[in-house]
Amino acid sequence: MAPIVSIQNLTKSYASGFQALKGVSLDIEEGEILALLGPNGAGKTTMISIICGIVMPSGGRVTVAGHDVVKDFRATREIIGLVPQELTLDAFETVFNTVAFSRGLHGKKPDPAMIERILRDLSLWDKKDTMLRQLSGGMRRRVLIAKALSYEPKVLFLDEPTAGVDVALRKDMWQLVERLRASGVTIILTTHYIEEAEEIADRIGVINKGEILLVEEKAALMQKLGRKTLTVELAEPVAVVPETLAPFNLRIGSEGRTLIYDYETSGERTGITGLLSAIAQEGFRLKDVSTQQSTLEDIFVELVGEAK
Amino acid sequence: MNFEAIKSIYLFEMARTRRTLMQSVISPVVSTSLYFIVFGAAIGSRIQEVDGVPYGAFIAPGLIMLTLLNQCIGNGSFGIYFPKFTGTIYEILSAPISVVEIVIGYVGAAATKGLLIGTIILATASLFVDISIAHPFLMVLFFVLTAVSFSLFGFMIGIWAKDFEQLNVIPMLVIPPLVFLGGSFYSIDMLPPFWQTVSHFNPVLYLVSGFRWSFYEIADVNPLISLGIVVVFLAACLSITAWIFKTGYKLKN
Repeated sequence: MAPIVSIQNLTKSYASGFQALKGVSLDIEEGEILALLGPNGAGKTTMISIICGIVMPSGGRVTVAGHDVVKDFRATREIIGLVPQELTLDAFETVFNTVAFSRGLHGKKPDPAMIERILRDLSLWDKKDTMLRQLSGGMRRRVLIAKALSYEPKVLFLDEPTAGVDVALRKDMWQLVERLRASGVTIILTTHYIEEAEEIADRIGVINKGEILLVEEKAALMQKLGRKTLTVELAEPVAVVPETLAPFNLRIGSEGRTLIYDYETSGERTGITGLLSAIAQEGFRLKDVSTQQSTLEDIFVELVGEAK
Repeated sequence: MNFEAIKSIYLFEMARTRRTLMQSVISPVVSTSLYFIVFGAAIGSRIQEVDGVPYGAFIAPGLIMLTLLNQCIGNGSFGIYFPKFTGTIYEILSAPISVVEIVIGYVGAAATKGLLIGTIILATASLFVDISIAHPFLMVLFFVLTAVSFSLFGFMIGIWAKDFEQLNVIPMLVIPPLVFLGGSFYSIDMLPPFWQTVSHFNPVLYLVSGFRWSFYEIADVNPLISLGIVVVFLAACLSITAWIFKTGYKLKN
């Protein structure tokens, strides 16, 4: 199946000379939830803005459902929904009117029943006649989501949907994303909360300094997360790993003071018992033993760190 | 054509007019009434007639133009500047809507409001002085073309402006001198020859003169030339607007 969003070698340079995107290529499959992780200024928002038509690309091409986002903007923007990062709303509009306005802007006939359904779904119905400036931050966020849902998009971009949102609302937001996916909507969300990506995404992409560093199935990434390391701290440093310990593929760390062993927790046998008894047979005196589990955060920090 | 989008923008802008009814409608009516009292009654009692038209009636088309220009520029510029200022412009830019549709929505609403207030001023004026309209069709044509051109001009100012100061600088500093020196309150025949020549470089002179001709058949310049100038101005505004959207100037990075 052809990807619903296809980004090919996308670049963006600003007038100041700053290169926000350095040749990004990415395919997004229909119906998936893709989380884009990256530090501030990585290029996440720039990329989304180009796809939605708010920023002009410097080079490369983006298609949505087979249509070019620049040449065929009507076709692409009709099916793209955008929830921006900033809580930008008209101060003097009411909740209902601003949602109805978004629907109209996307060329859809008025449908008050549908807007009622969306507002109820987001617990905003009792605020429908409230002026937007009187709403709290969490409510404004939900209004922005209601606006984007009002025209029934097939591809929804959520730019840091849970930034500055409390825990309860964050959970609600995740459930909403799940429901939308169940109805067939493709969702691309940016975040710098790793747990968020872990919780809801099918695939995870890491972007930094305008480059995609990795895009992988969450399951595959999780397998990497399932890997642990055992560190054995020795009383006396060693120069080489003894022959008898060769099958364990040990690494030497801290100038010979530690032996490091990688193993999989998912496996039947971890090999720890064998390793420890072999170490004892070699006559090493142990100072300490510890294990570490790599997290998505480590992978992320490692990737982003390498790029620096 | 995305008619729903045009309708949405247009109605959104008209709703803003309703919310600000007081400043939108009442203040121009009050200030125009003041002009009539000061210029019409006080000065008018000394200047009896201009080219056979009583002074109070003579200034009415100029006053309508003054208000129309101010309103159209103000509404046209504010309508697009405000979303830019608050950031809600993202929604317009990411909607399946073309430049033409955006312009029709915003400029249409600004022009409508200008025409509405212009009509109210005309009605107010007729309470003070006797007004006759010799060429109603031409009058409406001038009225509408001016409203559309200057709403578009305001729209461009709204896109160009970086802050509220820039937003106000042209309406406050450029338009009043042009209107006051454009023969709104006198016939340029009354000026010394040098200033008559200078006045011919003022586009507002042509607007006021042509508009006044449609009322009383008196004019400082040939009404056809006036009409031509308005059309040229409209065409210039349209081309600059087209260029703005083509290049994304100040709208898209």
